[in-house]
Amino acid sequence: MDETTPPSHSISLTREQLDAIRDHATRTYPEECCGILIGQLDWAASAAVVHRLIAASNTREDSARHNRYLIEPETILAAQRDADREGRAIIGYYHSHPDHPSEPSDFDREYAWPDLSYLIVSVRGGEVADQRSWRLRDDRSAFDQEAIHTSPSRSQREVVS
Amino acid sequence: MSVQIQIPTPLRRFTGEQAEVVVEASTVGEAMKALVTDHQQLEPHLFSPEGTLRTFVNVFLNDEDVRYLEREATAVEDGDTLAIIPSIAGGVGQ
Ligand SMILES: [Zn+2]
Repeated sequence: MDETTPPSHSISLTREQLDAIRDHATRTYPEECCGILIGQLDWAASAAVVHRLIAASNTREDSARHNRYLIEPETILAAQRDADREGRAIIGYYHSHPDHPSEPSDFDREYAWPDLSYLIVSVRGGEVADQRSWRLRDDRSAFDQEAIHTSPSRSQREVVS
Repeated sequence: MSVQIQIPTPLRRFTGEQAEVVVEASTVGEAMKALVTDHQQLEPHLFSPEGTLRTFVNVFLNDEDVRYLEREATAVEDGDTLAIIPSIAGGVGQ
């Protein structure tokens, strides 16, 4: 990942939403957490805006620690249908890396699509170390980091929409 | 058979912004192949270099996961709808 290039993409979420993701990550530690980001993507600006989160329940089984599903496709299908009805879309996913950096793994790259935001929270010893968000390149060769913008709660301003 | 394939939002850039693509096919596998033949930029995001559907790419036929039917060999009929849905898996150390 080239850290010297300024990120050209961005994801915006409220402070509350980011705190909810970080809480989810510490609550499930030392297991991973995962969730769906619903919102809108301004394609021209490559700016994703999160409207709401769906925290996936932990479906882990002790016998199946590897390659397990964190979110079943049925859950994603339902989330996508709901988002469609709201005129929104799944714009990305978040997950945690317990005791690992907030960098996507090769495994994450295998499981990604371009134009989605992959927000990763690093949790060390039960505390959030940091979070970074990533987008997959079109040629699937690597992820590029994107900026995370946090704003005060949007809920009051979202009465009309 | 004319089958309608629903394209997930992030992949519509590769189908000329079409949300749905109609293909002619008799099985799910044929339909997916026809889709990436018509829209070649989609191929690496749906198929592995070996030419099989990527592990995280799930296909639903009229809301049923084809994993529980006959996977890519599942027969399709005129007017069927296919949805392409990712699954999200864990595994940090890999
Ligand atoms: Zn990961």
